[in-house]
Amino acid sequence: MLFLLRREWLLSWRRRAELVNPLVFNLMVITLFPLGITPEAEKLAVLAPGILWVAALLATLLSLDLMFRYDHQDGSLEQVAASGTPLAALILAKIINHWLFTGLALTLMAPLLGLMLHLSGDLMLLMMLVLALGTLVFSAIGSIGAALVAGLRRGGLLLSLLVIPLYIPVLIFGTGTISAAIAGLPFVAPLATLAAMASMALAAAPWVAGAALRLSIND
Amino acid sequence: MALSLTPVWRWFHRWTSPPNFYRISRPWAHGLMAVGGTALFVAWIWGLVFAPEDYLQGNSYRIIFVHVPSASASLALYLTMAITAVISLVWKIKLADMVIRQCIPVGLTLTALALISGAIWGRPTWGVYWIWDARLTSMLLQLFLFIGMWAIHTAIDQQKLADRATAILVLVGFVNLPIIKWSVDWWNTMHQPATIRITGETTMVWEMLAPLLLSMAATYCVVAALVLYRTRWEILYRERKTRWVQDELGIRGKA
Amino acid sequence: MGYFDSFADFVRMGNHGIFVWSVYAITVLTILGHWLGLRLQRRRVINELQRLKKRGHL
Repeated sequence: MLFLLRREWLLSWRRRAELVNPLVFNLMVITLFPLGITPEAEKLAVLAPGILWVAALLATLLSLDLMFRYDHQDGSLEQVAASGTPLAALILAKIINHWLFTGLALTLMAPLLGLMLHLSGDLMLLMMLVLALGTLVFSAIGSIGAALVAGLRRGGLLLSLLVIPLYIPVLIFGTGTISAAIAGLPFVAPLATLAAMASMALAAAPWVAGAALRLSIND
Repeated sequence: MALSLTPVWRWFHRWTSPPNFYRISRPWAHGLMAVGGTALFVAWIWGLVFAPEDYLQGNSYRIIFVHVPSASASLALYLTMAITAVISLVWKIKLADMVIRQCIPVGLTLTALALISGAIWGRPTWGVYWIWDARLTSMLLQLFLFIGMWAIHTAIDQQKLADRATAILVLVGFVNLPIIKWSVDWWNTMHQPATIRITGETTMVWEMLAPLLLSMAATYCVVAALVLYRTRWEILYRERKTRWVQDELGIRGKA
Repeated sequence: MGYFDSFADFVRMGNHGIFVWSVYAITVLTILGHWLGLRLQRRRVINELQRLKKRGHL
């Protein structure tokens, strides 16, 4: 498992320029909102959690397409499948790696973005925690979608179509936690639900994605 | 397990073989369509002409005879698809894939019909076409899921791959749907304690309930017939290179 | 005429006619669309078979 993780990390590191794109994209999307809606600080502060979530979701989708693409193209997926290494382990490594490069990176960017959107400083830590958990679910569920379209040449748009409906609950609980905190209500329940979703998605997604991936390997 | 079930298994296999299903489904399709079509016609006349007016909503409530049956049938169809997807993935039954493929357009239009009729009903009742209520939002996401299934099935050229991928998506979406419903419910009560409810549904009088139940039963029959008809043509298309299909359609080569 | 006093009343549906009738019209169109879809499915199979026959694949 550690070996797989290390392999993924090295492969991603070699393509790091490509992986920076989602982060830059995220920054640009965030810039669009003050220009498109209003630059007023009070209004932006209200919208900020939602904007951060939508931007994170879009940025995750952008990089998701690459999760299996290269390994599928150069045949190393077939080799892993044939070598007896459980496919689910490889996928789990890919999920974690994908999260490190997008989800965690986005989370670390959040203070900067929050500053741009006048998000109140007290909320920042909570926002980061929720973003970290939520993007983990994004990466896990996204692996299923990425596996389904792995064999297709132009899977990117289709992938978004498949995955966005599955992301909705995360979005709801994520924004729910933050708005509860803003309203001064207890936010532990939605936060705990989000954590439960993350652990369940991490446990189940590798298997489902493995089943989906086997389809495109065996043809 | 497979051994002890051998006779059942063999029967199941024979029963779901495309030629056999094509043969036995014919009277079912025609019968369900005839019964369902007639019942739907009767239910509509009953609901539109004879049922009394709702004291709160006036006559706009008559949309219920389209709205509730299509919504309920779309949910039932999704449940059927999920069960069929399990059958397809576990036992690799060809027929199951064909049924799922042909359920997609039917489910898509039913869900769209439920949403559109609901929106039009919402205007006179709530004053707006759309609210972000739990039921509406989860229905909208069901529509997205149907679109996704259709998109992935058309995107993958290879038949078997397309079928498997769609079946997996059906199951993932099926697990997701209750979560959406539940989370949206939670989300909504958070912001809006008093949700607008469709009045009259609980205190419905018999004169309104009877045509509603009839229209629901009728819609179920028509939908089942439609899926059967569509599956029958799908069978003919996929098995077009076999002798029995060519005999069936009377198109034969020389040798 | 049933619950209504006149045919005009039935069409008006107490000012909600436009809503009720548009829903029923859309439903009828949907049903017609599905009927058309079945005809298209039929054409597809027959065309495909005739194409195969012409090419001598049958």
